[in-house]
Amino acid sequence: MAKKIKETQSRSNARGLIKLFVNGQHHQLEIGDGPGKVNVTDTLSFTLRETLGLTGTKLSCDSGACGGCTIIMDGKAVLSCMLLTVECSGSEITTIEGLRNSKTGELDPLQQAFIDHTAFQCGYCTPGMIMSAKALLNENPLPTEDEVKEALSGNFCRCISHYQVIDAVMDASRRGR
Amino acid sequence: MAEQYRYIGRRVPRRDATDVVTGASDFLTDLKFPHLLHGKVLRSPHPHAIIKKIDTTKALKTKGVKAIVTHENAPDWKLGNPPIPLFDKRVRYVGDAVAIVAAETERIAETARDLIKVEYEILPAVFDDYEAMKPGAPQLYDDLPGNILPAGDRVMGPTCAVEIVMGDCAKGFAEADAVVEGHYGYDSIPNPIPMESPAAVAHWREPDSVTLWISNQAVWGAKSILSKVFGPTVRVRTIGGACGGSFGSKVMSWQVQCYAAALSKATGQPVRVAFSKGEHIGCFVLRPATRFDAKVGMKKDGTVTAVEGDWIVGTGYYSMTTQSQVAVGCGEAMIAIRCENWNVKPKVVCTNRNASGIVRGFGGQELKCAFFPILSMAMAELSLDPFEVLKKNFVKPGGGYFWRDGVWYDYRGIDFSSAMDRGAEAFGWKEKWKYWLKPTAVKGTKRVGIGIGVHGNADIGEDFSEALVRLDHDGTVMIHSCLAEHGTGQRSNAIKCVAEVLQLPLELVSMTPGDSLVTPLEWGPAGSRGTYAILSAVINAAEDVKKKLFERAAPKLGVGSIADLDTADGIVWVKSDPKRRIAWKKALGLRTLIGSGRFDPDYSLANCVMSFVELQIDIETGKLDLIRVVNATDVGKVIDPQGLEGQLNGCLGTAGIDSAIFEETIVDPTTGRILNANMIDYKWRTTAELPAIENVVSETPIPSHRYHAVGVGEIATSPGPSAVLMAASNAVGVWMESYPVTPEKVLRALGKTIGRK
Repeated sequence: MAKKIKETQSRSNARGLIKLFVNGQHHQLEIGDGPGKVNVTDTLSFTLRETLGLTGTKLSCDSGACGGCTIIMDGKAVLSCMLLTVECSGSEITTIEGLRNSKTGELDPLQQAFIDHTAFQCGYCTPGMIMSAKALLNENPLPTEDEVKEALSGNFCRCISHYQVIDAVMDASRRGR
Repeated sequence: MAEQYRYIGRRVPRRDATDVVTGASDFLTDLKFPHLLHGKVLRSPHPHAIIKKIDTTKALKTKGVKAIVTHENAPDWKLGNPPIPLFDKRVRYVGDAVAIVAAETERIAETARDLIKVEYEILPAVFDDYEAMKPGAPQLYDDLPGNILPAGDRVMGPTCAVEIVMGDCAKGFAEADAVVEGHYGYDSIPNPIPMESPAAVAHWREPDSVTLWISNQAVWGAKSILSKVFGPTVRVRTIGGACGGSFGSKVMSWQVQCYAAALSKATGQPVRVAFSKGEHIGCFVLRPATRFDAKVGMKKDGTVTAVEGDWIVGTGYYSMTTQSQVAVGCGEAMIAIRCENWNVKPKVVCTNRNASGIVRGFGGQELKCAFFPILSMAMAELSLDPFEVLKKNFVKPGGGYFWRDGVWYDYRGIDFSSAMDRGAEAFGWKEKWKYWLKPTAVKGTKRVGIGIGVHGNADIGEDFSEALVRLDHDGTVMIHSCLAEHGTGQRSNAIKCVAEVLQLPLELVSMTPGDSLVTPLEWGPAGSRGTYAILSAVINAAEDVKKKLFERAAPKLGVGSIADLDTADGIVWVKSDPKRRIAWKKALGLRTLIGSGRFDPDYSLANCVMSFVELQIDIETGKLDLIRVVNATDVGKVIDPQGLEGQLNGCLGTAGIDSAIFEETIVDPTTGRILNANMIDYKWRTTAELPAIENVVSETPIPSHRYHAVGVGEIATSPGPSAVLMAASNAVGVWMESYPVTPEKVLRALGKTIGRK
């Protein structure tokens, strides 16, 4: 992984471009200052939200503690506030906006399960919760309840939606059988 | 037979559900504005100081900086008790605002902020509430001797409750079989920390008009507050959207809103001020601190004969609502514990720390967390079962209480005893209860203990609400209500109620944004008033528009009285002859009908939650694990089952039960700095450590609500902390004396020394 980042970084730096494949779309972003560009200090969460306009990814602590900014990068749930965008060139990224079927508009079964279980209250943690759970189900389609709890243990929810979230994830897993 | 409902009590997806799960919900910092500037606050590193000199020259020269506001050029805006200016020459806590910079980007604003030079004259500071009251203590304000705030809050009316004084305590103590004295604190100032940090966008249009996009629990409430701050000539519009959690804290966010407004006034451009999480935890809202020195008298049958004590309430550097919290807290004590003789004297004290404000529990949780452990000592002395004592003393029909306005109310709500019995049965209280200071089970080094708490609030019918329901010519319905969605699902419940009244498919009913320009006044979903107060106004408006519809349809159907008419699915018919019918659209023609509804305050009802907790403490390590929580309540009629479940599960976080286990704000006693103003050092519960929760909900109809319901969400956090303290004491066999029950305190209580001397 580290090797890959290094390679892609040197590749992108050579051309001064950051390449991101986000929710099925290619983006080439120039390194530099100003609108539409990527400053070398920009975090991935900043680039997603402010440069690409994907505000479904939420920022809360901005220091890797709360899980609000969780996205899926190259198959893994990662905290987008803890990554510099320049390190992510060449990566495939899925954000909450990318879970829906792009052709039919149909919700991902996990999103539908969150609706069916009202697995949210204020909804601010929900995108991060869903992305963490999605990464888990991709790797382990039939998790135990303890595995779900473990996978979501980095996602802060102050309303205490956890119980309904766990029900939703278990339900989505069953539906996926 | 019970009334059958089409939507009330049924599981219906929340109206905003698809937006929430697809990331399409627009929280404040998701909104886009053309020419938006960003504001960043420079904050004081000192707990108490005078600003001698402030030099913004270099910062102003930074490319992209548009304006800097300090105490030297800020508008004369003040609020609070004592009224504090938005920017003052004197700073009173570590984090107090010194200046604010508006710039084209957040990064530029931060860079420029760090270029502002400030010279301070450092003043002595005081952080302890008792120390602050002593002669010779540093004074936060020139005209506030002893740092004690004047009692009462005019928001609560001219006769605001400031204490509980009734009966004759000496007589009460003489009648008691046990008199105990105790000193308990609930003063670790936990923080509700909603996930979304406070933020606001303001756009000031000269000379006197300002629009604010806010992330608040109360939208019209913010307009009302800001109108007072800006003065009578300024027209204020507030727009609320999705609010990423509040738990009381975002009922009032006047400072962040005024920072944005001041910068927009200075630049003519829209300005966004969004606090970082560090600012949120360090400079926004903490729970008020409480210490209670009290004496309690009790009879063998559990009758409380007298309560006498001093209630010291620490509010930090100023108060927005603390006196109101005292007023409500006094009333909540009387709701929970029937007693004929009271003498409880509160004092609200200022110190050099961040201010306390509104948090779920609003004064009552704070007082009760210190009061109940003292009651427990009396119960233990008389060998009484706390479940029986708390059940016996909770307000019942025929009883009453002084409420926040200083007025006595005869309680006309229901008896919660059977709801409590159901909770006790689900928990297995009678089987588990061994005796005071006795564990219910011992497993190796682990001791299991149980505890109980109760809370009730008469705020379910507080303040005023208004709504309009508009029936359009195309048969669709629009609700005008200044209600934001802060997580309780009440916007969806308003839609449910209107669809129920008008018997329409849900998709034909929608709701305006919480925008003060297009809605009538609405105090907002403070406390648990959403169901009884807000929804009643909405329901009344729907009933009013239905009446107007029938008045138009009656002549067309040839009936003289609208009582002969009924409606469903956009058709009005004659009850005695259902074949005589007319479509709404036809009855209306090209016409809009508007119904209006209002709710006026009613303090004669209360809600109730009794929480039972079971926990386990390892006497080797001192670690406390919460095993199980049972919450028992009676809500009259469930409107929104899954929303209610969520609210009751919320008993853990938001400075609730976990404030008795690990949540606390740690202020360095020498520098006044908050040492855990981040999400790693401030402890919070993760999914890996969830206890089992069971919510036992009874439904005894409340006659005065159209659908017989009362709200309960706010108080879910309140009975738990004192229940944990009781359970922990029972588990380890020693009275635990302060919150939170950390491993260190457990080991100290058990006489085991730990760590450094």
